[in-house]
Amino acid sequence: MIEFDQVEKAYQVGGRAIPALHPTSLSIQTGEVFGIVGHSGAGKSTLVRLINLLERPTGGRILVDGEVVTDYGSGTLRAFRRKVGMIFQHFNLLSSKTVADNIAFPMKLAGLYSAADIRARVDELLALVSLTDQGRKYPSQLSGGQKQRVGIARALACRPTILLCDEATSALDPQTTQSVLKLLADINRQLGLTIVLITHEMDVVRRVCDRVAVMDGGKVVELGPVNEVFLHPQHATTRDFVMESERVDQEELKTDLQHASGRILRLTLQGEATYQPLLGRVARESGVDFSILSGRIDHIKETPYGQLTLSLVGGDLDQAMAVLNRADVHVEVLR
Amino acid sequence: MNDLMPQLQSLLTHVDWSEIGWASWDTLVMVGVSLLFSVLIGLPLGVLLFLTSKRQLLAQTRVYAVLSFVVNILRSVPFIILLIVMIPVTMMIIGTSLGVAGAIPPLVAGGAPFFARLVETSLREVDRGIIEATQAMGASVRQIVLGALLPEALPGIIAGITVTAITLVSYAAMSGVVGGGGLGDLAIRFGYQRFQTDVMVITVALLVIFVQLLQMLGDRLVLYFSRR
Ligand SMILES: Nc1ncnc2c1ncn2[C@@H]1O[C@H](COP(=O)(O)OP(=O)(O)OP(=O)(O)O)[C@@H](O)[C@H]1O
Ligand SMILES: [Mg+2]
Repeated sequence: MIEFDQVEKAYQVGGRAIPALHPTSLSIQTGEVFGIVGHSGAGKSTLVRLINLLERPTGGRILVDGEVVTDYGSGTLRAFRRKVGMIFQHFNLLSSKTVADNIAFPMKLAGLYSAADIRARVDELLALVSLTDQGRKYPSQLSGGQKQRVGIARALACRPTILLCDEATSALDPQTTQSVLKLLADINRQLGLTIVLITHEMDVVRRVCDRVAVMDGGKVVELGPVNEVFLHPQHATTRDFVMESERVDQEELKTDLQHASGRILRLTLQGEATYQPLLGRVARESGVDFSILSGRIDHIKETPYGQLTLSLVGGDLDQAMAVLNRADVHVEVLR
Repeated sequence: MNDLMPQLQSLLTHVDWSEIGWASWDTLVMVGVSLLFSVLIGLPLGVLLFLTSKRQLLAQTRVYAVLSFVVNILRSVPFIILLIVMIPVTMMIIGTSLGVAGAIPPLVAGGAPFFARLVETSLREVDRGIIEATQAMGASVRQIVLGALLPEALPGIIAGITVTAITLVSYAAMSGVVGGGGLGDLAIRFGYQRFQTDVMVITVALLVIFVQLLQMLGDRLVLYFSRR
């Protein structure tokens, strides 16, 4: 478990302290995939770089598995960092080393492994990230997605318990992003690794994260399980992100609503409820007519969910609401 | 074809080929030895300059300012002045300020700070992300320098060695003025003082060839070590 206890960070710029992270307390559970979203400059990288102390906090304490890592001396800190892998937006591979040597590098630095151990581990990792037989290439001979796979293999070399990802998929195309995310999800499941993942795409959060923190102006403004944050965003920044990821144009939505008549409801369904033949039942039992203004059915991690905006006319509205409530559907009345 | 050789011979009446051979060898030794020491001193100095500069791993404003000042002084003094100023120091270290051995201390005094700056510059060109990634792996400063920074900057450093070597060739020739030996000494003693233009031409031609060869060798090595 990673715990932030009133952690703050200010950068010294031209003799003045500029706050990048206001006092923040949060905890990240062992084995979860924890997402961090926020606009540029919100302090996401700062928060993540505090975990492996690439940045020193200017206040507060950070605990990992109950140990106060902010008190570590340089030797202990280096040993701790070996247990925290990190991957980056621009991969940061050494261009002078082959793929295999890049992956072996953290193990060589640790000085705890024999040459044979290192070779065996490199082969194992190459297989894990589907790059078997690419070990002799240099990073410049790889595609972006392959480079990030090397980055992941390198981060896993010393068998860390935490993996930090700073916009690991931001430089990749959608398909490659997909495959890298799948790899991260697999790693999380197979190795029980805690993953902390920065992104500015809500889609990435939706696909792989268990919980998410939304940051704005150096503060965590919303934090919770992905389905809650995603389906019922509270803070304006969170709404922006969710809207953006659903490609919903708020202006367009408004004009759509103006044209519709009757009551307007937004239904949110999760899990099994998503697949029920719900609307037909509502119409039959209450006699209302409805039209669908917008809708989406998708998955949050493995859980299906649906979100529908409907306009209802005629019939018995109270009856309709009762049916919906019985069916375990979250109903918001928009008009 | 057969008459060409005697004709050429008559053009180069003053040229004593064995003397040229020895002078070339001396130049080679002066450049080689001073390059070796310039690299041995300049490389750590350049690394130190880089590490102590602002926002780097060992940022130490005072240390950087002092080192930088010394390097700048040595680099801004014209080499011909450095040659003369260095005479007492050379006497102390070598015992003479003349000949091949006597030329080496001033050459190193000129070459090492020059090379140190080139090293500093090529280290600056290494992506910050690479230092960060290595740091995140739990590397010590020493491991970051030896394992990541220097290998990544190697092409730039080799290019720096080439430039330094070429600069040392011209410095070594200049040291002929204060009795340094080598091709420069030959050019001055015979070509300049005795008006033997043919000797002058041959020495200059040899220096040009020498520089060309160094540049070619350097470029090849840079290419070989570039993996980008
Ligand atoms: N080394 C630094 N020195 C001074 N200010 C910094 C430094 N690093 C970050 N900052 C400032 O701290 C704030 C937070 O930066 P941070 O990099 O954490 O943002 P971010 O959320 O990761 O943004 P992005 O999405 O653009 O990566 C920004 O205002 C930034 O300008
Ligand atoms: Mg960032």
